Order: sequence, then structure tokens, then C-alpha cells
Amino acid sequence: MAREQHDYDDIPGTYVFDQDRSRQGFGINMFCMSLMKDENRKAFKANEAEYLKKFNLTPEQADAILKRDYNRMLELGGNIYFTAKLGATDGHSFRHLAATMTGSSQDDYANMMLAGGRSVEGNRSKSGKVAKPTKVAKKPSKAKAKTRSKSRSKRG
Amino acid sequence: MAKIIAGVSSSHVPAIGAAIDNKQTEEPYWKRVFSGFEKSKEWMAQTKPDVVILIYNDHASAFSVEMVPTFALGCAAEFPPADEGWGPRPVPVVKGHPQLAAHIAQSVILDEFDITVVNKMEVDHGLTVPMNLLFGSPKEWPCPVIPVAVNVVLYPPPTGHRCFMLGRAIRKAVESYPEDLRVVVFGTGGMSHQISGPRAGLINSKFDKAFLDNLTKDPKKLTRIQHLEYMREAGAEGIEMVMWLVMRGALEDKVDEVYRFYTVPASNTAVGHIILEPHRRAAKKSAGKAKKLAGKMKRAAARTKTVVRRSR
Repeated sequence: MAREQHDYDDIPGTYVFDQDRSRQGFGINMFCMSLMKDENRKAFKANEAEYLKKFNLTPEQADAILKRDYNRMLELGGNIYFTAKLGATDGHSFRHLAATMTGSSQDDYANMMLAGGRSVEGNRSKSGKVAKPTKVAKKPSKAKAKTRSKSRSKRG
Repeated sequence: MAKIIAGVSSSHVPAIGAAIDNKQTEEPYWKRVFSGFEKSKEWMAQTKPDVVILIYNDHASAFSVEMVPTFALGCAAEFPPADEGWGPRPVPVVKGHPQLAAHIAQSVILDEFDITVVNKMEVDHGLTVPMNLLFGSPKEWPCPVIPVAVNVVLYPPPTGHRCFMLGRAIRKAVESYPEDLRVVVFGTGGMSHQISGPRAGLINSKFDKAFLDNLTKDPKKLTRIQHLEYMREAGAEGIEMVMWLVMRGALEDKVDEVYRFYTVPASNTAVGHIILEPHRRAAKKSAGKAKKLAGKMKRAAARTKTVVRRSR
């Protein structure tokens, strides 16, 4: 069955780690968890492909791990807090991984952050339907009735 | 009777922990971040809480994808720092307060919060970084800590409203504990940031500033922010800000903002920090020294406005 569509799929450049992705990426994430132990980090580094056989991974998932394709790992159900452990095993920080995922050089990414980060303008929506922040819903029930009557009296 | 005397919120960026551990706090990049917490450390040294209840999220350290509790309460006597892939952080073991934690568990569960009780748990940067920011780097943490882990990793996290209500339930629990304890509640995480996917690096200072303003003024409005809105406006990982609402729910309706700091960036993240105390008129009798200091700090913050960087 194809992936169920959600409202958050409209956010550009974002793979929300939801229940479906969590199920799909169980193997990736459990592999990453294993890297919390020093002996496992060493075993993985010694023979990466062999080490990955211990986990229930699809060929695409194993390939993404071996190639350090971090976006693909997210797409196939990995989560950044887990894949960051693979990054740490390679000696990389969160910021290094983030730069990699955006396709920028490390310097360009660091400079973008120093200049205030990536702007939300133009980055809200794939469909282009959401160009401004959505208004937070008004107070429900009683409070609503009150403000209504107030505003009416003002107008009247 | 135990009492919640203040609420503190702060980001818990792992790179801040790394900067402390690698002794880089004096480098200009990091000094900008750490200088914003100098006043807070002073405030904390004066406030001297007996217990801290620290709301944070685990980052795949204690909880993997095998088990994902929405709310988990640390009831153990101690919580060792976790190895997050670089070896455990060189920070003291966090001592718990099993008795108060047990009391909170009983109280909030009967208050219809089906919290997970955790009797063995390691804690990661989500908890230890805010401890450093507020207490510095002592050999032992000066007071026991009750960790409350909120799932914000696996979608969906609890709603902002639910988090706020958990804060309320925690307050009720604390206020029914017989021992005279002065409790400070921490809400951690945020502010705007995205560390995953091609949109990584997103920062929204406008959203953050409004969030900080409303935390004091109109927290109920914040409880109506939908998850989609957090992710869209403040980044996929900016959704962590729901945890600040647990802290806010644990305070009285009327609060005074004692201190605030905001800077961009620390690594991938906007760093936000706020200290809230119960509204002064209500706290007249007990305030004393802390009240004086609060006034001093506010004035100091006003004077050093240029230091407190607001967005770009």
C-alpha cells in the first residue's frame, strides 16, 4: 500500500518521522542505536557491509547507510536523532550532517546559520498554498461568545 | 508543603554541551551564547531550589524505537549520563528524588495522566545541557532532579494543550507533598530549528519572539498552536517547544518575566531562554532576596539590551 498522505507532507524538504516511517525504518534506527556502544562502533568500522547483515534492512536501506546518504535514510524511515549516531561514529556533528543534507558546503551552511539561518519565507509549503503563518485558533466556547458580544456592541 | 517557586526554559542544543566539554566556552562564537546565561546562573545561585523537575526529551538514548513512552517520569535514585555516540558527557551523575517522584506518579495518574514510570534510565544532552547552563559545571549537581521525558521524536508528540495540562497536574502533585521543598521546573528544547532534510537550518525568530512573549502573557494561546504550525513555522524539530508548555502549566496563571535571552545560532538552532516567577504581588511574603535580585536582573537586562541579541 502506498504511504498515506498527511497535511505535513506539504512542508518542503522535510521527512516527518511518523508511525509509518518508524515501522519502515526500524532496522535503520536499531542499527544506529547499536552504535552507542564503543565495541559496536569498532566492529562496524572494521567491516561495514558485514556488520549491517545483523539488522533487518532492505537493500536500499543498507545502500543508503553505506553511502552515508542521510536524506535517503530519512526517506526510508530513519530518524535524525538515530542517524546522528552514525554521523558521530564518523566523527561528524549535527551541524555537519545538516549541511550535508541541505547540499551546501560546510562553510556555506555555517555562514547561513551565522547570518540568521534559513528564512521561513518561501519555505512553508510545497504547494504554495501557505505563504503566511496560519492564525492560531480563537478561544473555544464561552470565551468566544464573550468576545463576540463585545465586538458587536462596539460596532453597534 | 512543597511549592513551585519558578519556571525556567532553555534550549538544549548538544553542541553547547560539546563546547563545554571541549572547553570552548571562551571562543567568540560560544561566548555569545554562554554570556546570556551568566545572569541566570546568578539567579539560580540565589534561588537555590531543593529539587528541579526537568522536562526534556530523550534523543534515542534511553528510548529507542522499541518503546516510545509519550510521557515518562524518572523515579530512580540516580540517572547516569548516556553515551550518545561520542562516549558519555563528563558531567556528574544526576541524583533523583525518588520519594517526590513517586508522589508525583501517584498523583498525576489519578489525575488521568497515564505517565510511564521509569526506574532505570540514562539521561542525554537534553537534560544535562540545561543543567550546565543554569548550574555551571560543578563536581556534583547542587540538588536532586526529577526527569520528565516527553516524546517529541516520533510523530505525533503530545499536543501543546496536553503538555500544559500535565504541568498543571504536576503542580497539583507538588503542592500536595508534605515536605517543605522549593521546586523549580525546567522546560527545555527548541527554539526554532530544523536539523533534518534539505530544509535544515530553518530559523524563525519572529515565531520564537512571539512564543516567548506569550509564554508570560497568554500561554493559553500557545496551547492552541497545532503541530503542523510548529513544524512549518519553527522547523521539524522546533516542535520541541511543546515541552516549554509543561513548565508553564506548572506555574500560576500570572507570572513575571524575570529574565530572557535569545540568540541565533548555536549550531543549527535558535537559543531561547526565559525565567518566570509567580506574579510578585501573590508572592510578596516569600520572595525577599530573590525578588530584589529579580528586579536587579531586569534592570541589568534592560541596560545590556545590545548584548541580548534579538534575531538577526
